[in-house]
Amino acid sequence: MIPGVDGFMYPNEIELQWGLLIVLYPYITGLVAGAFILASLERVFKVEAVRPTYRLALLTALAFLLVAPLPLQLHLGHPERSFEMYLTPHTSSAMAMFGFVYLWYLTVVLLLEIWLDYRADIVRMAQSTTGFVRLVYKALTLGSENVSPAARRIDDKVGYTVTVIGIPSAFLLHGYVGFIFGSVKANPWWSTPLMPVVFLFSAMTSGIAAVLLLYMASMKVKKMPIDMRCLDTIGKYLFYTFLIDFTLEMLDLVHRTYEADESFRSLDFMVHTRLMFSQIVLQILLGTLVPLALLAANQLWKFSEAQRRVMYITACLLTLVGIFAMRWNVVIGGQLFSKSFLGYTTYKVSFAAREGLFTAVGLMILPLVIFVVLVKLLPPWAERKSV
Amino acid sequence: MEISRRDLFTVGGKLLVLASVGATLEQITGAEPAPEAYKMADHWWGMIVDIDKCIGCGNCVRACSNENHVPGGYFRTWVERYQVSEVDGDEQPRVDSPNGAIDGFPPTTRAGLKSFFVPKLCNHCAHSPCVQVCPVGATFVSPDGVVLVDQSYCLGCRYCVQACPYGCRYLHPDTRTVDKCTLCYHRITQGLTTACCESCPTGARQLVDFKNPKDPIHEFLRHDMVQVLKPYMATGAKVYYKDLDGSVR
Repeated sequence: MIPGVDGFMYPNEIELQWGLLIVLYPYITGLVAGAFILASLERVFKVEAVRPTYRLALLTALAFLLVAPLPLQLHLGHPERSFEMYLTPHTSSAMAMFGFVYLWYLTVVLLLEIWLDYRADIVRMAQSTTGFVRLVYKALTLGSENVSPAARRIDDKVGYTVTVIGIPSAFLLHGYVGFIFGSVKANPWWSTPLMPVVFLFSAMTSGIAAVLLLYMASMKVKKMPIDMRCLDTIGKYLFYTFLIDFTLEMLDLVHRTYEADESFRSLDFMVHTRLMFSQIVLQILLGTLVPLALLAANQLWKFSEAQRRVMYITACLLTLVGIFAMRWNVVIGGQLFSKSFLGYTTYKVSFAAREGLFTAVGLMILPLVIFVVLVKLLPPWAERKSV
Repeated sequence: MEISRRDLFTVGGKLLVLASVGATLEQITGAEPAPEAYKMADHWWGMIVDIDKCIGCGNCVRACSNENHVPGGYFRTWVERYQVSEVDGDEQPRVDSPNGAIDGFPPTTRAGLKSFFVPKLCNHCAHSPCVQVCPVGATFVSPDGVVLVDQSYCLGCRYCVQACPYGCRYLHPDTRTVDKCTLCYHRITQGLTTACCESCPTGARQLVDFKNPKDPIHEFLRHDMVQVLKPYMATGAKVYYKDLDGSVR
């Protein structure tokens, strides 16, 4: 008997190849895509109520996007060769496209949109500050210091176009991450055409929840009033998005259960044993049904502002936990059973290893640090613009 | 010009001495006439495995491990023992492969079960999912049909390990690149067979060349009941099994 193994695994399968860091990869890119789609609600779909979170959502997306490649990089056996993906990409590989999708999203969509939106502020700050800070802002203007109304109109027009391009790009970014898993025919837990769609909606759900939390936290830190109309509107969108996400996931589950193909016995066993806590308890009960109930209650009944705030905070925190559990169940769950469908292995997270828990925690804190720096550098609130 | 009989014998004798010196030198230095160069386009390699002949001795696993310096705990080839009950279908077969069967198998204590051994290795698929997913093309199919990994190019992302339906790949703990069966490429391109085939005492494993019209594979495919592993994966697997039981995965 091999410790941690039940039944029969092919001998090379006992050790998991994709660990905690690969769980973070879709989680972080999902937050990026979701935050950006929330920002586009205001810009493209003219949902004025969410305006207070527009810039915040963009900065959130950028902070997480900058960290997104790090878990992959740390996971590689030879990180120094990763640039080869740009130089000699293998065109039939889903993974080979990541670098290009990432660069497109980072430079063409996010950086450009943020720069266009902030350009006038950057020019103003370059004029009103001194010393090193002034140099930073001066550099950020990229030499474009014309902030006449005509120039601003051009900024706005181009920014709008970029956002319009950005929406399918955000869909591409995360739908593509889903495709990386969904297209692995050797693995029945992953191989489903629903995977990119499920990833996309779960991305939107987690991104919206993250921005909502960051907005409330920022207002608390800044001692500024929370715009409840904004909160309620985002809460409504979170509810609908989450509902679609949950429906899709349940559709997948019902489909698998009803078809009950060769792999079903394995997958069913896992859900009832090794994934019981992470899938049933964390993902479905705590991470989905509870937040959905809280958000639904807000649509049905009237609550006081204080009650709503607590409900949103709870719902968003649980949503983030639930979506993380979902990524865990996909990535780790997909490797716990043998491709022979005759056995199961165990995954133990190491602590101080390169792909261990400490690294993962660091990688989740890093975007928040970047976010704080970005907010300091490019204040998203009107009150700070005049500083 | 007239050549006398004496001149003829003198020149002939000298030539004979020169030729014998040359032949002796060749024997001493071991120089041989150059073998015919290996042409990749002339071959398309695969393997046949006769389930009935495999006795589960583990010779192939040991030979492979020694020949290719396979790190402990990882396997380029391994042998599985299947024990299938009469009530198959509802009951899953009992399968074991202790340490890849590098030391063979302990005797079974269960009676009344259909028992047989299944040697496993990379199927060197013609439409290989591992080759398809490699982001930099470090895994490739050679023109003679062998799936190989360029160790100097592999990123170690392990997408190919996930994509292989047969569990044939692993990350080499020292090189941090993906490793797998090369069908003893260093041997077969020298006209030798693989280490596993050479060491098999019953001839259960046999290297085959589909492009060689005299290869027994053609007769084998014409007359025997053959099967590949997981045919529904449509990977174009080139390891053909004779008399493979339906329970094998």
